[in-house]
Formats: sequence, C-alpha cells, structure tokens
Amino acid sequence: MSRVFKGRVITPGETTAPALVSHGGLNTLASYQMALMFGDKQVKCGDQNNPDLYKKPMLGKALCLPETIGSTTGGMVLYTACAMGKQPACMLFSKPIDSLAASGAILAANWTNAVMPVVDSLGEEFLDYVKDGMTISVSLDGTVTVDG
Amino acid sequence: MILTKEQQALLDGEQGETMAKVVKTLVMYGEAFGAERMVPITSQYGHTVISFGIGVMKPVYELYDQLLAAGAVSKQPFSADPRPLDKNIPSSLLQNIVFKFMYSQQAHYENQLRQLGLMDKNAYTCACYLPQAGNVPKRGEILSWAESSAVVYANSVLGAKCNRNSGIIELMGSIAGFVPEFGLLTDDGRRADWIVEVRTSKLPDAQLLGSAVGMKVLEKVPYVRGLDQWLGKELSEDACAYLKDFGAACASNGSVGLYHIEGLTPEAVEAGESIIRENAPVYVVDDAELERVRQSYPCIWQDLDATPKLCFMGCPHMTLSQLKDWTVRVEKGLQAAGNKKVLIPTVFTSAPGVVKEFNRTAYAARLRATGVILSTICPLMYMNNPLSKKMPVITSSNKLRTYSSARFYSEEEILAKITKEGK
Repeated sequence: MSRVFKGRVITPGETTAPALVSHGGLNTLASYQMALMFGDKQVKCGDQNNPDLYKKPMLGKALCLPETIGSTTGGMVLYTACAMGKQPACMLFSKPIDSLAASGAILAANWTNAVMPVVDSLGEEFLDYVKDGMTISVSLDGTVTVDG
Repeated sequence: MILTKEQQALLDGEQGETMAKVVKTLVMYGEAFGAERMVPITSQYGHTVISFGIGVMKPVYELYDQLLAAGAVSKQPFSADPRPLDKNIPSSLLQNIVFKFMYSQQAHYENQLRQLGLMDKNAYTCACYLPQAGNVPKRGEILSWAESSAVVYANSVLGAKCNRNSGIIELMGSIAGFVPEFGLLTDDGRRADWIVEVRTSKLPDAQLLGSAVGMKVLEKVPYVRGLDQWLGKELSEDACAYLKDFGAACASNGSVGLYHIEGLTPEAVEAGESIIRENAPVYVVDDAELERVRQSYPCIWQDLDATPKLCFMGCPHMTLSQLKDWTVRVEKGLQAAGNKKVLIPTVFTSAPGVVKEFNRTAYAARLRATGVILSTICPLMYMNNPLSKKMPVITSSNKLRTYSSARFYSEEEILAKITKEGK
C-alpha cells in the first residue's frame, strides 16, 4: 500500500530511500557532532535526548521529522555533512521548515555538490503515517510517496 | 523577493561570482520564509557561532578561503563564540592528544576570522552581549548573529531584532550588509504564541525552567507570567543573569529565539498583554511539572553512581555578578562543611573581558583559594570527544547537558556536591 503527500520544495531533487522517523525535533548538532568528528561511517545519531533516533544510522536515510531544534551551528553542521557526503538521502518536514534546517539545505545547495532534496509542510498526517524502514520516494515537485 | 538595484547587481555578479553566491544564499534563505525584501543590518557588531578549528570541518574553512580570496569580508566587526581549549583545565595525557588532533585547525581558523573582521583578538565568548565583552546591541537594531543563547538574549532582554540564523549564514549577512526580513525581524513575528504561567513555590532554577519552556513551545514565542515576583520590575544584573541562563536553556532544549517576561523585558513592559496572540495556549509550570521535566533527562553515564571527576559552570558564560556571587556561595559552602577546597575539580567559564575585570577585584584571589578554576573556554568543546564523554562530568547548564554526557544538577545541588558531598 502506498500513500502520497504533497509538500513545498526547499531544495529540489529526486531520491528513493528507507524512512527514518523522528517524532520530536531533531537537534542537529547533538545528532551529528560525534559521528562527523570521529568518522562514523554510518553516521549514527548521537542525541541521547531523541529516543526515536539515538544510535540509529542516519546516512542515506529519508529523514522524516517535524523540525530541527537547538544550537545555531545546526545549519553549518548540515552543510558540513553534505560537503563530506554524510548527509541523509533527503529531509522531509511535517511542519514549515525552521531557519537552521533551511540554512543547512540552502548552503549545501549553493556551496557543495551534494544533492539533498528537502521538502517541508507535509502535514502531521505524514509523520503519523510514516514508520522506520518504509520506502520513500521524493519527486522534484515535492511529491512524497510512502510505500510499506 | 524584491531587491534594490544595488542588491540585484550583487546577485547578478557585479562584485564577482562569490559575492553573487553569498547574495543568492541569502535570497533563498529569505524566500523559504516568505521574506519580501532585504533590510540593512544596523548594529555595530556581528557575532559568529563558529569559533572552533575542528579538523573535520574542512568544508567550512574551504568556504571561508573562497570568501577571503574574493575579498568578501564582513562589513562590520564581529565577535565569536569561545575558544575550545585551556591548558589549566584538568585533562589526561590521552585527552590532550585527542584535543590536539581535534582542534588541529584552530590557528588557521582564528587567522581566517581575523581576516574576515573579528573585532578583537580576545573577542571569544558566547555572551558577547555582556558590557565587558563590548558587543551590546541597542533596542530595535537589526542583527546578523548566530549562537542560540546570544540571539535569544539580544531579542528578549535587549529588544534587538535577529532571527535564529545558522553559522555561516550569519557571516554572509554581515558580508552583504543586509538580511532577509522575516520572523523575529517583523512585529508580527515577535508576538507571543504561548502563555507560560509560573506557579512554583520559589524562584525556579533558571536552566530548569528554560528547559521546560523550550521543550513545550519549541520555536514559538512564550510570554511568561509570574517571574517578576522574584526578579522584580527592573533589568538588574541579577535579573539579566537569570534571563541569560533561562534563555540559553529555552533555545537549546527547544528552539526559542525570543521570549517576553511580564513586567520585565522591554516589549512586555511596553505592550503588556496586547503582545499575546488571541487564543494563545497556556502552559502551567509548577513544582511538579519541573520535577517531571527533570526526571525526563536521560543520563548516559556508564556508572550512574560514579563520583564526578569534573564540574562545569558557565554555559553560557557567567556574568561578573555571577562570578562574585558564586565566589561567596562556594566560600560559605566550604566553611559550613569544614572544607578548604572544592571536593570536585570545578571550572567556572566566563568571557575574557569579564575575567579581566573580575581579576581586578578582591574576589579573584578568594575564588582561587577555593580551588575553582576560572577559564574562558567553551565547556562543550572540552566534552565533545569519546574520552570526555566517558568522564562523569556534572553541570548546572541545561545546554551542556543537551549536547554532551554531562549530568544536570540544579545550582543548589551543584554547590552541595562541590563543597560538601564530593560525589
């Protein structure tokens, strides 16, 4: 069974990847700092305050979340992850995007060769429906298809 | 977005490809939030959150090299977050090796910051807005800052206007001289979305209350009632220090960029309850709610009963009045317990300008006599490696707790642990 959600494109791209779902805000610095600094190949989430993601690999996943929270290094961390090829396959926000996640996505789009589609405003229903491991396809126009 | 002729020319490449990319980045950033125009930065100084030369962040230094090569430097001098290292802080030989490896780019990065426009060779603090740090924006000024605790303080306590910009973006704003107008730069974006009713039996621990509020309202703007009964109606040094710690916890445990405190912060005083949106939800914080929040904090120590090896106070950096106050508190605590020196190695962190002024007072020798180490580093930079992560470190900072393995205790508990209990 598949369901289709339509959001707003922040940075365009197409991808298909398994879902990784955070129901709480993603603290970008807390999630990425250790993995990036010490070369964790799977980029496991280091945020002990996020029970949905803690210790789970984030590399190449379709990261589904409401928003990002925390330190204003957040956008810089996402940019760095993208420049190092350690980014998620895409970031899919149920809410309108926050300033830190937007910064990271836009910096990556303009200053790196990485492609990380980012779509926001997918609605609460999207986060209620999607579960870890479901297959997600993202289209250029912000259409997100969830299979599983 | 409608750009002025000058802004459009920059976007079209009048000052080269790199400057065009800087402006394109700012335009895309604004368009993501429906900004219709750019507005000039009006503060004297900027502030950048990136102060650490971590080797793995090579992409950031390469980007800054590109900016420098193109002559794209900041139009305003700026301060930066704290430096990462201090030899006076206890560390093992192995930790020192790790620090050397981790911060291998520190000298190179500090050189980049100088070329980009750092305001002073010692302008490294997260609390740049303290008078001794010299970067105090005026009410209504438009800023291009990053550092969540500084942004929320500048917006809330000083009444300046700044979005929660990310590192790199804040510098690009200072390079261009303008920022997109949206969110906390607009009157509507500064209205309160939530009402927080504080009904505790005493003044709550600032970092615990801030954490509770941040986790509840996330990125929204809270209007807090009930604090003025303890903090008074004036932005005294003590009130400002409390709000600094409250805001840092709001911003790191959630993503609050602005709060209003009834009867105290400038926009709440001026507009009163008219600043609250209609039908704003109410969050009641009482003693039980604070305890519930406190109990929700995970602790990732391998041995939960381990004796703490280090204590950090001062994330964000302590004010001058906090340093004096804590000198007295530690002295009294030690005296009451019959001890001469703190029982757990303890580090207080503060801004270089504050430390300089503190060292001119009689309190400095008294604090040294207690065994407390005074430093200007960022405690998080000390904690961010696998060796420090394994250390049982305690802190009164909810921000440090969020980003590291440090265990949170209230200020009263910290005082008892370092002066009396030793565990």
